[in-house]
Amino acid sequence: MNYEAVIGLEVHVQVKTESKMFSRAPAGYGHEPNTLTDPVVLGLPGTLPVMNKRAIDQIIKAGLMLGCDIAPVCKWDRKNYFYPDSPKNYQISQYDQPICVGGQLEIELPGPSRNVMGEHKFVKLTRIHLEEDVGKLNHYDDDSLVDYNRAGTPLMEIVSEPDMRSGYEAYAYLTALKQIMICGGISDCDMEKGQLRCDANISIRPEGSDTLGVKVELKNLNSISGVRNGIDYEIQRQIKVVEAGGQVIQETRRWDAEAGAATLMRTKEMAHDYRYFPDPDLMPVRVDQEWLENLRATLTELPYERQRRYFEEYDLPYTVTSVLVPDHRLAGFFEETAEKCGRPKAAANWIANDLLRELSAAGIGIDESKLRPDHIAALVKLVEEGVISNNIAKEVFVEMFKSGELPGEIVENKGLKQSSDTGELTALCNEVIAANPRSVEDYKAGKENAINFLKGQVMRATRGKANPKVVDEVLREELGKL
Amino acid sequence: MAETLYYRTASELSRELESKKITSEEIVRSVIERTKAVDGSVGAFISFDEDDALARAKASDERRSRGRELGPLDGIPIGIKDILAVEGQPLTCASRMLGKFVSPYDATAIRKLKENGAVIWGRLNMDEFAMGSSTENSSVKTTVNPWNTDCIPGGSSGGSAACVAAGEAPLSLGSDTGGSIRQPAALCGVVGMKPTYGLVSRYGLVAFASSLDQIGPFAHTVEDAALLLQAIAGHDDRDSTSFKTDIPDYRKEIEKKRGPWKLGIPKEYFGEGLDPEVRKAVQAAVEFYRSEGCEIVDVSLPHTEHAVGVYYIIATAEASSNLARYDGVRYTHRSPEAVDAIDLYFKSRAEGFGPEVKRRVILGTYVLSSGYYDAYYLKAQKVRTLIRGDFLKAFNEVDALLTPTTPSPAFRKGEKTDDPLQMYLSDTYTIGANLAGIPGISIPCGFSESGLPIGLQILGRPFHEGDLFAIANTFEQAHHYHAKHPELK
Repeated sequence: MNYEAVIGLEVHVQVKTESKMFSRAPAGYGHEPNTLTDPVVLGLPGTLPVMNKRAIDQIIKAGLMLGCDIAPVCKWDRKNYFYPDSPKNYQISQYDQPICVGGQLEIELPGPSRNVMGEHKFVKLTRIHLEEDVGKLNHYDDDSLVDYNRAGTPLMEIVSEPDMRSGYEAYAYLTALKQIMICGGISDCDMEKGQLRCDANISIRPEGSDTLGVKVELKNLNSISGVRNGIDYEIQRQIKVVEAGGQVIQETRRWDAEAGAATLMRTKEMAHDYRYFPDPDLMPVRVDQEWLENLRATLTELPYERQRRYFEEYDLPYTVTSVLVPDHRLAGFFEETAEKCGRPKAAANWIANDLLRELSAAGIGIDESKLRPDHIAALVKLVEEGVISNNIAKEVFVEMFKSGELPGEIVENKGLKQSSDTGELTALCNEVIAANPRSVEDYKAGKENAINFLKGQVMRATRGKANPKVVDEVLREELGKL
Repeated sequence: MAETLYYRTASELSRELESKKITSEEIVRSVIERTKAVDGSVGAFISFDEDDALARAKASDERRSRGRELGPLDGIPIGIKDILAVEGQPLTCASRMLGKFVSPYDATAIRKLKENGAVIWGRLNMDEFAMGSSTENSSVKTTVNPWNTDCIPGGSSGGSAACVAAGEAPLSLGSDTGGSIRQPAALCGVVGMKPTYGLVSRYGLVAFASSLDQIGPFAHTVEDAALLLQAIAGHDDRDSTSFKTDIPDYRKEIEKKRGPWKLGIPKEYFGEGLDPEVRKAVQAAVEFYRSEGCEIVDVSLPHTEHAVGVYYIIATAEASSNLARYDGVRYTHRSPEAVDAIDLYFKSRAEGFGPEVKRRVILGTYVLSSGYYDAYYLKAQKVRTLIRGDFLKAFNEVDALLTPTTPSPAFRKGEKTDDPLQMYLSDTYTIGANLAGIPGISIPCGFSESGLPIGLQILGRPFHEGDLFAIANTFEQAHHYHAKHPELK
């Protein structure tokens, strides 16, 4: 029998804010343990939470980008459980009235080859809610230490419908989600810093069936490839269980990326009773139309919308768009360049090939690059006007990436200007003609290719500065005189 | 002179400080001496820091000598229930659990008192985590009623009430979740007020039941209570439940508002279980208001009978969550016997909490549990809305309600400790105001034959504390019960 997997994801995304969800303590990563705290973060007796409006702005923006309905009223609930990384032994979260309801995420399935766009699919979302992150436990031989720097950081939980069918789809879902969060400025989504964390609910059923099987929750999927591998592993495990005549049991399993396997964490009977109830320390949040519209006005274009626009507006090929679009800063850089030089294809090629190569060689991001859209726009213009050749332009590009100088200055200072002075060229051509009697004969005998060799010799003699078109004309003229 | 200062009202002291007849140092020395003399038998204080208080008094005198006094409370000592955070001072909540905890920050109410130049004076005894009605649930010590040392002072703010009654401080702060200010105030013969929920910031008040807790003043007189409330009331951006509202000048309200008022007598507060002596004293108070020209009308608060039940569901549910943070991991009592993390939780909490706290945490955990939530917590919240509706409906008709504060005068130590239900019922008249979020004040309105004080409770519209002060003041001016003091050896 063939089986179909049914997968839903619960993704936690740390929201980028200056301060924490319910206190004025700063949010951040990589600081000395327990320095990003205050009495509220530590849950000291008597302290009270106060909402961070910026975090609510952020989740509303995320919800709008994902097509969610924004609840006009939502509230805060306490999720009660004991764990040493939780300062209050309850987490402030949203239980039955999340701020964002519904929505969908567009994902791209693999195409027939890398160069061909795959099919797109929409994964439905159940909800997005806001909560506070917990601290981090560090275990040692004899004891464990807790660092509350992360505690209280605003955290979004994005819950999908069971709409995915393979590890790859989950992979594509996370990739697309990450791009949206980054381009919207909602989160940096650095999985190594724990800014994006994923749990998966997985079940299988006979192909063609529309009932849901018993689901297993898979935790600790700490990288995007880990999500794919972990899910594929779990699907195979469940198929094996069923094919051996067994039944899948509702349980929570933990993925171990190093071992490439998952182990049992807890069964349904061991599930927590979180005793959710409305947090009496916080007021409900009312989001009015004005607040919503103000935020809507700040939204950026979604990556796939941008890609479609690049196809239509700039006629760019899929391969180039799939390089430019995922990184909104790169896309912004491209658009600025295209605007400045009026040659989007040329601009896109420079950025997708040369700029990315140089950035990766230098190990820096686009924001740190000394080379700006003005540089590329000027370079494209110089080539177009015939001032320099394409080959010289490549050289100039590397130079301006290093120094930040504008291409005009580099061309001037290094004397790289393409030569169109026919007097000088005529002399040079005659020298080359005289030095290569065999090629001249070949040409005269009607071998058109022979002129290419002579042209190459002239270009070499000018170190590439000559305008190839002019060289061609002068050579033909001089050869005609013979 | 010093020995006569400790029973003076804060307003008198304030006026004499202003006219430079006395100094803050003299007041504080008098209060320290008095405390040293009587607290051995009263037991109001968990701890006090004489040097700190004297230093603050001297700083106040210094300010005043330069004409830079900070307001009417500058230089006045104020006792603090040991549930309010004061930077650098222990904060025990009368619990073994917080035996070693020192607060690194000030509660907003404390910050405001300091900004007003008040002298923070000692940490006052209470029922552990404010859970109780007699202060017998303190894990630290016993506090007695200064009027009869065989009797309890009430609770949970028993130390705050007893210290004012015994002349150990002219003013004190307490907290009221179900009557914890008004009930001990009534039993100790002093004035105590629970403000409207949201009037005083709860930041720095260790939470028992977040939706019910309010900080409020204890004082000898209504005017003094107004003076203290004035200093601590107002919106605070550290408390999301604190209300943005203009705070009137309460002492001006007392002068300005002279009635006559329309006062309601809720029949449910005069039913079975009310001690005849209390009934008589409260009825006499009602007659006084009638004689002052007030219109007295009978009203009904039909859901009153459910108040105690609703209260013990909501308060314990919130408490079970609020007290979860005391777990042995960080600043609390940590069991030395624990062998692993789970064991640490179990043992630290078993050793750190007293029996009443455990009872309420277990009860609260139960009512929030899956499968019981709708039947208990959700239903209790619905009934709470009805109870609030009863009050607001009554206030459409009357300016305030007159009731007894407690069903009986102070009971004897140990009398109800084995019967939690009887203990819970001693808050039966005070709980409604917390559930409804409305303000209430208790003022002395007489004595029992055995010489124990009796309290009159006045309940008012939300954020109409000024009305309550004015109504209470009318009675106080005509009776002077507040001028009587217990005889203490």
